Amino acid sequence: MWRLRWNRIDRADVCGDAMKCQQCDNPAVFHITELEAGNVREVHLCEDHARTYLNQSEGADPEGSSSAEGGSSKGSGLSTPLGVGQTADDLAVLDQRCCDMCGITFFEFRNQGRLGCPHDYIQFEAELEPLIANIHGATEHTGRRPSRQVPIAADEKFGTDGLTAIIGLRRGMKDAISREDYESAKEARDEIRAIEEAWAPPSGGATGQSGGTGEGKA
Amino acid sequence: MRLDTLTNSIGEWLRGTGPESDIVMSSRVRLARNLAQFPFVSRATEQDRADTERMLRERIASVPVGRELDYIDVGHLEEIDRRFLVERQLISREHADAQGARGVAIDRLEQVSLMINEEDHLRIQCMHSGLDLHGAWDQIKVVDDQIEKVVSYAFHPRWGYLTACPTNVGTGIRVSVMLHLPALVITRQIDKVFRSLHKISLAVRGLYGEGSQAMGDFYQISNQTTLGRTEDELVQQVADVVPVLIDYERRAREFLVRETQQNVHDQVSRAYGILRTAQTISNEETMQLLSRVRMGVLLGLIGDVKISDINSLLIRTQPAHLQKLRGVDGESSDDIERARYLRQHFEGGDSSARASAN
Ligand SMILES: [Zn+2]
Ligand SMILES: [Zn+2]
Repeated sequence: MWRLRWNRIDRADVCGDAMKCQQCDNPAVFHITELEAGNVREVHLCEDHARTYLNQSEGADPEGSSSAEGGSSKGSGLSTPLGVGQTADDLAVLDQRCCDMCGITFFEFRNQGRLGCPHDYIQFEAELEPLIANIHGATEHTGRRPSRQVPIAADEKFGTDGLTAIIGLRRGMKDAISREDYESAKEARDEIRAIEEAWAPPSGGATGQSGGTGEGKA
Repeated sequence: MRLDTLTNSIGEWLRGTGPESDIVMSSRVRLARNLAQFPFVSRATEQDRADTERMLRERIASVPVGRELDYIDVGHLEEIDRRFLVERQLISREHADAQGARGVAIDRLEQVSLMINEEDHLRIQCMHSGLDLHGAWDQIKVVDDQIEKVVSYAFHPRWGYLTACPTNVGTGIRVSVMLHLPALVITRQIDKVFRSLHKISLAVRGLYGEGSQAMGDFYQISNQTTLGRTEDELVQQVADVVPVLIDYERRAREFLVRETQQNVHDQVSRAYGILRTAQTISNEETMQLLSRVRMGVLLGLIGDVKISDINSLLIRTQPAHLQKLRGVDGESSDDIERARYLRQHFEGGDSSARASAN
């Protein structure tokens, strides 16, 4: 099980301001989404209660059920931190996973509540799905689509992910330069250029396109 | 462009015209978009942010979006100017407080605003006076289509437009109306109304967002979900609930006039009196009193005040506006300046301010 913290109440996009802490009358500033095996539970807490809550669950014994009871201020039914069938180890492994393009770890995402790049939706698709289903009650976009045709490669790359690959290449190029591996850096740079050219906008773009645009305006 | 030109004008959405403008202050639609080839803003390096900003600024300038746009380099503005733009609802608080390269393109009517490097690379916003969600949606569609011709928005066939926060993914649309609901507040029905809105997954917040109490009985209602329904359906979801809320508020106003005529007349008149004579007054109190006066004007209890004036005072008595309007003499406090500004505005209310008789 893992949790996602929304700790920026000012983005009232996420929740209405009418929301109060579940433990007291203060405004809830932490919105914690607990996910376990596809089940989602939301917890809304003020800063103080959130701290207590998070400390309790973080410090809890993964297997133990009857430990850490002592505290008298313990909330009612709030703390069931780790789900059945998932150990702290599983969580740790998931947390370490990172995006091939931007390098964000899953741990960083669930702490900040903000993703690192468009590729995260593909990299972490299985983990994001229950979260998105909970937020929106849906998992399929039915609205507008980009009018410009995007090249879809024969393999698993959909949408604009081919262009997003540049993010990974740019990181690779930087790394290569810092290693003084100029050969690899040059390769990455050429690859970036090729992708940029393939995706350049039809008219206003800087580069000559293979697919000619019929806008003969001199 | 110079912000001073804005100081002396008022935005289209403050005109106080348009359908149902006695209750609906403004209608707004915004779209969240990102460039496919850059990390989202919170993960972007300084260089990434600068590249994103330049690419969007240049490309947006290269296409006609139906309006002439002025570009403001928010990253290099003084804090007071950034706050001014927030009060004006042209940028968000997050955008004002963020770091690095960022900017906003706005049109002269202040209907269209394009924030670059907010939480997402691009936030397009259209704001219209009164109840006009469909008009705002039609306008923003044109802007979005034009920009899409020259950039590649991050898009996934299943998840739709990809956003930094999963709460915006899919359509990336936020549809909202700002409502003035003083009678529902006075008759203590507002909480009940909001609870029912939460049930149908609409969000409620105050005029300037930000947790806590809505100031001056102004509330924003917006959709909470962005995925699984089309933009038209989401616009309609908010559009459908507005007439219901308008009806509640009208009935509450009628009730007040019918059952508590004396009382409500007294409250409204006192509010007007304080605004015209106070020597020091806080922002919160000003908004509260302006709200009451606004209702009084609409109920015919106060003559000789225009709704557009009250709307514009609501913005001009905010701290950054006030500071820009009054200049920086820095001697007296905000609250004294605010009271002075109000007295001057309602001139005649204070006998000592009658220096310039015509
Ligand atoms: Zn609490
Ligand atoms: Zn990523």
